Amino acid sequence: MRTGAVARGASGLLGRLFGSAEQAVDDVLDRLLGESFDERLARVPMALGPAGVDPFGLDPHWAKYALMTVAMLHRKYFRTAVHGIHHVPQGRVLLVANHSGQVPLDGALIAAAMFMDAEPPRIVRAMVEKWAVTLPFVSLLFTRVGQVVGVPENATRLLAQGEALLVFPEGARGISKTFDRRYKLTEFGLGFMRLAIETGTPVVPVAVVGAEEQYISVANVEAVAKVLRMPAFPLIPQLLLPGGQLPLPTKYRLWFGEPMHFTGDPDDDDAVIDEKVWLVKQTIQSMLNRGLKERKHIFW
Amino acid sequence: MTESVPLQPTQASPRTRATAVTTATGGTVLVTGICGRLGKRLARVLHRERHVVGVDRRPFADRAKDIDHAQVDIRRKKLKDVFRAGDIEAVVHLGVMHDPRASAAEHHSWNVAGFTKLLEYVAQFQVPKLVVLSSANVYGPQASNPQFLTEEAPLLGGQNFSDIRDLVEVDMLAQSFFWKLPETETVILRPVHILGTVHNAPSNFLRLHPVPTVMGFDPMAQVIHEADVVHAIALALRPGIRGIFNVAGPEPVPLSRLIRILGRQKISVPYSLARVVLRRMWSLRLTTFPPPELDHIRYVCMVDDRRARQVLGFSPQKSLEETVLAVDEGRW
Repeated sequence: MRTGAVARGASGLLGRLFGSAEQAVDDVLDRLLGESFDERLARVPMALGPAGVDPFGLDPHWAKYALMTVAMLHRKYFRTAVHGIHHVPQGRVLLVANHSGQVPLDGALIAAAMFMDAEPPRIVRAMVEKWAVTLPFVSLLFTRVGQVVGVPENATRLLAQGEALLVFPEGARGISKTFDRRYKLTEFGLGFMRLAIETGTPVVPVAVVGAEEQYISVANVEAVAKVLRMPAFPLIPQLLLPGGQLPLPTKYRLWFGEPMHFTGDPDDDDAVIDEKVWLVKQTIQSMLNRGLKERKHIFW
Repeated sequence: MTESVPLQPTQASPRTRATAVTTATGGTVLVTGICGRLGKRLARVLHRERHVVGVDRRPFADRAKDIDHAQVDIRRKKLKDVFRAGDIEAVVHLGVMHDPRASAAEHHSWNVAGFTKLLEYVAQFQVPKLVVLSSANVYGPQASNPQFLTEEAPLLGGQNFSDIRDLVEVDMLAQSFFWKLPETETVILRPVHILGTVHNAPSNFLRLHPVPTVMGFDPMAQVIHEADVVHAIALALRPGIRGIFNVAGPEPVPLSRLIRILGRQKISVPYSLARVVLRRMWSLRLTTFPPPELDHIRYVCMVDDRRARQVLGFSPQKSLEETVLAVDEGRW
């Protein structure tokens, strides 16, 4: 009897705590966005089913908390400067970006920019490593905020659904770059170009400046990565310092380029596709170079 | 047994076959595994329009008067008598053994040897229609699965779960039969998790109190009501329909949503613990769930059912709530 009352009291208290936490989240979001989150979310084109989730498992209720977190990072922690986001066309689009920073915060910040700064707001879908899907909580979180497993069938389906798809053609090679190779694009995969041609999707090149300095990796120990079945095993000395587990608060700069259109045969030879990929890669590299030149300081 | 199978002496068999291709009704349907819950449901729907002959080694006690039943093991020669006696216009194969407790040899012999025998008679007696009920489980839940698997996706179900290999083999046998005997319209249906009064793994799983889930995983899932599966089989029996069809019910939802619809408690267990506990329980015969089935509550195994909607003309009649709540219907 008494335990029941205690349990009810506790659950009531918890409920009130969560309720006020949710209120706090709403307040923070509204302040960051300058408009109500729900109003903004309502303007996002989404393919929600009657159960309130889209076929890939995106749930706007989860997206709210994820977006709040990345919005804080975007506006307060990394103080991202966004350039040229008006270039992103409506409807299906492939955002192709350089990948860097050991931890995929670049993806999160591009997503934040697309939700907070683009008009109409968009929820960016990204393709994640199959490895991430096997991790508890990570896989759940990724699914609920709209990330999908990186297989071509999913990409085609998302584009047919009219989504904005974020692609890092460098993949794990790019994100686990050591510090000495920062802002040098590694080899691009060809899949995104075949996809763009096949589905007639415009490609928007995106350059991310500021991510390379957040975690400074001095080496990538592939032998350990293999044993742990991880895509990479970077050595990051700052992790040993107190508070060094947080990324360094560099200032991020996102540059969105003009949309590029490609035509041809999606099943063409690698050499032919590679030429088109090279165009995108060069565009991103020159955007990166320009961004680096204009940058006066890493941290502000 | 033979006298209970009415012969149709007035209709010459070649003629009937020719007309059966253009008309939806008429002709005898042979249903294997008719004494299962799905089989009984199918019989109840089919016998209003067509003559139904059941084949099952179990007795069919409460059958309708116009349904004939041959209590034979499909591996036995007696099966041939059933084909000889009636003018079989279509065969629906539901008699696949899913019992995870049966020995591997029995499982294999029943599923593969039995089905091979059935295919032999379908070919010999030139049955114009064969419908095989396979399952979307033949694709298998994998971390690397695309969100929606098309009919062309490889059948990897046996990769981590060896007990399902003969079900994959049955599907493959039906596929090769499709190519080898073009005169027979072969239809392979691959429905997603069937829910209802049936005693299959997904229904039994949702009947658990509380429903265990793997901590940190909540995959999207597709379910289908048993009545909708029966409906799909009836559609597949129409002349002109052939090929492989993924069959899905209402729109996909997260697994946790299914549990919430049932109003059940959920208990989240870390994967490593769940695997150890389930293995132990399995070896002590405390559970009917083989340990590899844990992957079904970790990874997606969903299908693209566009072909069924467009070619078969199938659309689920039951809503998500009706489908999920059906697992508690008719419980003792």
